[in-house]
Amino acid sequence: MKNKSLISINDFTREEHIRILELAGAFEKRPRQHILADYVVATLFFEPSTRTRLSFESAATRLGAKVIGFTDSSSSSVTKGESLRDTILTVSNYCDIIVMRHPREGSARFASEVAKVPVINAGDGANQHPTQTLLDLYSIRKTQGSLDNLNVAFVGDLKYGRTVHSLVQALCNYKTTFHLVSPLELKLPSSIKMSIKERNLEYSQSTDLLDVISKVDILYMTRIQKERFSDPLDYEKVKNAYILRNSMLADARSNLRILHPLPRVNEITTDVDDNPMAYYFTQALNGVFVRQALLASILGVVE
Amino acid sequence: MEKEILRKELKVSAIENGTVIDHIPSASVFQVIKILNLTEYQNQLLIATNLDSQKMGKKGIIKVSNKFFKSDEINKIALFAPTATLIIIKNFEVIEKKKVEVPDFAENIVKCFNPNCITNNEDVNTKFTVIDKTDLKLRCHYCEKITARKNIAFR
Ligand SMILES: [Zn+2]
Repeated sequence: MKNKSLISINDFTREEHIRILELAGAFEKRPRQHILADYVVATLFFEPSTRTRLSFESAATRLGAKVIGFTDSSSSSVTKGESLRDTILTVSNYCDIIVMRHPREGSARFASEVAKVPVINAGDGANQHPTQTLLDLYSIRKTQGSLDNLNVAFVGDLKYGRTVHSLVQALCNYKTTFHLVSPLELKLPSSIKMSIKERNLEYSQSTDLLDVISKVDILYMTRIQKERFSDPLDYEKVKNAYILRNSMLADARSNLRILHPLPRVNEITTDVDDNPMAYYFTQALNGVFVRQALLASILGVVE
Repeated sequence: MEKEILRKELKVSAIENGTVIDHIPSASVFQVIKILNLTEYQNQLLIATNLDSQKMGKKGIIKVSNKFFKSDEINKIALFAPTATLIIIKNFEVIEKKKVEVPDFAENIVKCFNPNCITNNEDVNTKFTVIDKTDLKLRCHYCEKITARKNIAFR
């Protein structure tokens, strides 16, 4: 994977995904190693995303790398009208790898074609956020022992959530049975459902969260945003139907783990946090190990 | 029969050497001229549209003197005029007749349908993979969104 950019989850093969997850496991055991001491990592956040940026910066810093960059485009030359191409060409003189977040879809792919150094996509508009997908895969594999033959429920906004779309597509490589729970207005798009059908994988669709809880190994929760509804009344009707409360977990399998890409608003009540099934904060920690694995393997300091 | 040929020739006169693009949907004639960069063409160029066609109802024809297109140039036409046929003429004789074929890739011909795509916001050439040739669906190399026939527009 040396010098290879990571723009879309499909850029890496299944074998490369597994390799990254194994490497991430090694960094979980030894998160502080000065293997990137001679390297400069640039984090270019053309739109703010504090959580993702801190995770990358923590990963880089714990490996001894220097981090440069900007946290949103208002403080950079971008506001003076500089093109993305010029920014990337300039910054690639100063660093060994670029991590970028940008509001436009396709921006990271374009940057990787312009840059002299590899690029990691930390989110390009509604398109891709592959390091989120990899940390989700890592969390599932770690808690279930394997990625194969699992029952995974996706709950909430399945229409607009790019996190859900990428993870569904990635899990199609692992004989997953999908349980799709959402209001009718926010069903999984047919283009994503096509990936499930193409692999002849089983899936169910429901509007009721209680239908699936006892059947699944992973419960992937997402937030339903009011802005997604053209009629505010439709939102009012469904807003409380997709909230997970601790009392709902009584019949769950003991190996069930609850994931959420964070930030959470109210879709998981805080009484779930103390349940051993709650995994979302550890999931965020796993992101650091996955990003360490990516930085180290793309920079070529580990095989 | 002879009368028939004569009538056709009167409508759009014959060329000595060059290419005739026939069976273009009338609505696409000017798009085809644009794709092939013929607006500035210095040699003889004959354009006809809204001609009666048994097969198509109405059709357009473009005759380009002294021009023999490369196949990738020609295949671009298929995106807008999938019914088009090409006739290569040398010394007033038909040397070759073929249908256009939808290409596997389309570079910098059409616009990405997604307004938030980087190609619609920066100076970036569009690139598409044709994922469905019969229904015409193009996947953007950058934003990965799909542009379908009904949304196809020019750059
Ligand atoms: Zn696009």
